[in-house]
Amino acid sequence: MAVKPAVLGDVPEVAERGNWRRTVLDFCRARPLGAIGAVVVAINILVGLGANVIAPYDPLTTDYGAMLARPSAAHWLGTDAFGRDVLSRIIYGSRTAMLVGFACAFLGATLGAVIGVTSAYFGGRADLLIQRVMDIFLAFPLIILALAVVSILGTGIGNLIVAITIPMIPRAALVARSSALAIREMPYVDAARAAGFSHRRIILRHMLPNVMAPYLIMLTAYLGQAILLEASLSFLGLGVAEPTPAWGLMLRGAAVQFAESAPWMAIFPGFAISLAVFAFNLFGDSLRDALDPRLRTQ
Amino acid sequence: MKRLGVLIAGLVAMALAGPAGAQDTPRFGGELIFAVPSEMPSYDAHRESTFGIVHPMAPHYSTLLRVDPMDRSGSKVVGDLAESWTVARDGRTYTFRLRRGVKFHDGAEFTSRDAKATYDKIAFPPLGVASERKGAYVNVEAIEAPDPYTLVFRLKWPQGSFLSSLASPWNWIYKADILAKDMRWYETHVMGTGPFVFVEHVKGSHWVGKRNPNYWDKGKPYLGGYRALFIKDSAAQVAAIRGERAHIQFRGFSPAERDSLVAALGPKITVQESPWDCVLLVTMNHEKKPFDDKRVRRALTLALDRYQGSQALSKIAIVKEVAGVQVPGTPFATPPAELEKLAGYWRDLIKSRAEARRLLKEAGVPEGFVFTFKNRGVPMPYEPLGVWLIDQWRQVGLNVTQEVAESAKWFADLRGGDFEVAMDAQCGYMVEPDLDLYKFQSGPTSADPRGISDANYTRYKDSVLDELYVKQGRAIDLEERKKYVREFEKRLLDEEVHTMYTLQWHRIIPHNSRVKGWTVTPSHYLNNQLDTVWLAE
Repeated sequence: MAVKPAVLGDVPEVAERGNWRRTVLDFCRARPLGAIGAVVVAINILVGLGANVIAPYDPLTTDYGAMLARPSAAHWLGTDAFGRDVLSRIIYGSRTAMLVGFACAFLGATLGAVIGVTSAYFGGRADLLIQRVMDIFLAFPLIILALAVVSILGTGIGNLIVAITIPMIPRAALVARSSALAIREMPYVDAARAAGFSHRRIILRHMLPNVMAPYLIMLTAYLGQAILLEASLSFLGLGVAEPTPAWGLMLRGAAVQFAESAPWMAIFPGFAISLAVFAFNLFGDSLRDALDPRLRTQ
Repeated sequence: MKRLGVLIAGLVAMALAGPAGAQDTPRFGGELIFAVPSEMPSYDAHRESTFGIVHPMAPHYSTLLRVDPMDRSGSKVVGDLAESWTVARDGRTYTFRLRRGVKFHDGAEFTSRDAKATYDKIAFPPLGVASERKGAYVNVEAIEAPDPYTLVFRLKWPQGSFLSSLASPWNWIYKADILAKDMRWYETHVMGTGPFVFVEHVKGSHWVGKRNPNYWDKGKPYLGGYRALFIKDSAAQVAAIRGERAHIQFRGFSPAERDSLVAALGPKITVQESPWDCVLLVTMNHEKKPFDDKRVRRALTLALDRYQGSQALSKIAIVKEVAGVQVPGTPFATPPAELEKLAGYWRDLIKSRAEARRLLKEAGVPEGFVFTFKNRGVPMPYEPLGVWLIDQWRQVGLNVTQEVAESAKWFADLRGGDFEVAMDAQCGYMVEPDLDLYKFQSGPTSADPRGISDANYTRYKDSVLDELYVKQGRAIDLEERKKYVREFEKRLLDEEVHTMYTLQWHRIIPHNSRVKGWTVTPSHYLNNQLDTVWLAE
């Protein structure tokens, strides 16, 4: 009978299969705010996925007979300057927010983790060079760098994702590197080197899985940031373009013009942004506390 | 209810007030403060084309002719530095008698030498000196100054609109001695004969002028001075007027901004409105498929419900009238009954959209066909018009995505032909077919980059249209000219559908009721010399 040799550096599973329910319940009991955040996040995701079933109206359909209509039984959250249903646009807007949020957070955290771990693994001049490049990017506030990138690439969802992802990479790289520096000195990494494994294999199979805790924390933290950045850039006219439903976009133009006479145009999308970002932050903070209590003070 | 009451009171007050009442006696002194939403790239109006130079700087200058500042139609030409003029029988020689005793702000006397040097610079600029509107003077053969107070223009052919082109608010009279030394001096300096003398310019902040005590029109100007505040943000402009930190903004506000000012200030606000000689056009790139097919272009215009659009959009944007190639109510405008025969102007929307679908099908354009509409990143009125257009095209089964570009990129893409369908704009200083239609003559194409009109971004050549443009320009008889303008319009908007007119802009100027002697016109380039303006107690 062939015995599969143990792979050096395999990470023991934290929770056994089948115990996930207990883990979730423990998380909810220990961190109720985080659990509320998680529920809101889940609702946001479900609303985004099922927008075409949930939304009462087509978010693009105009009704010039119902321009700037107050919230009513027909339009729960009122209509905008083109007579479009605000609730439907918020529901579809969550799809845009989740798409941009998840894409940016996943790409930013993943690429950042790979760069950070690689930098820590090689050390020396390579580490010095990579970190100085990261420092250059870190010198710019997140929104300024995103603004610069979007002004070079142009508007649109694809460019927006790139613009928001780029400033996130160095931040993720910094966190991943600090965790990976400790892992680099672990005996199993030395053993992998001694066994003649390639750099790629050591980084991807033995080091990266061990920065999973800070990676997940970054992922959830960046989700909220990405949604906020998307809304900010769209509000400035640099994100997605009309008539695509997007929360930030709903806050500009006519929403400003009619802020006094039709405040629902700005209040409800603003509330949706605040709620989503708040939920992601609550969930992210609680996840951080649960996965890596050492990071609390950072 | 209280707000409604204030609004009604304000509207009644503005209806009663109207423009500056001629019955009022002008009051001397005071400083007019106005907001300017843009700032000048240089100080030389001959090379610029933004209101950002005209609003703060026009009070320093005079022109040969100008549009009567009290004429709401913005079409009555009167003398400024020209006292009188005669036109030779053959219509090719214009002789102007110039005013005596006109002084530049440095004390030097104005003569025909200055006027000739100015127009030589505009019509025949030397290499390296930009003249934005030299194309409007291709008909000028020679400019002569036989004596200090006579100026003569000799034309290659008779041109009915020549006087209008000399009333251009951009053609500020410069000093010949200065131009002789440095043709580009005026790009960075100010020296005119206008009613106000330059005091200071603080970039990004303000521009200040004070009364010229030696102005040729004795007793004017009435104001002691003026201060132009550069405020880009529309909400900040409204706040400045609401807080009475500015009296007026000469470009225009949206209906919502007007209503908010009227509700806040009631009788302290006077509102003047006018059709605006500005329109947003939809330009379809004739070098990109399927827009090279006129059936597709026709379908795009047939999809628009301009009449409903006018009603709805006029509530939220600075657009209003449904129009052809001329501002409604002006001499060459097509009457509504005739306009309704053009594609996209039919009253029967069901028939219009059915025809649009039929044409798309016939041209092989599938249901749900996707194309990109390139729009300019300027909120008003580009943004609402863009949303409206996309919605209208959706009604005939087209799936349009919008790409918004900031102004410099948008201009570059339009000029370079890097678009499928795009928003374009046309603004004039006077409603006059020569000035409004030159844009649509054959433009540059990939095969022939030299176009008659470099302002035509649609990438077509149309010799029939070019010929009609020349014919209407040469026609001296009013009815004959009208006929050619109609033919031009029919070919441009209906037969070939080279371009699409959306809705005419509507100019709304809510200003402090203390401002008197200023009348709204269809152009935001006109009426900025401020010599007739005064501030009531």
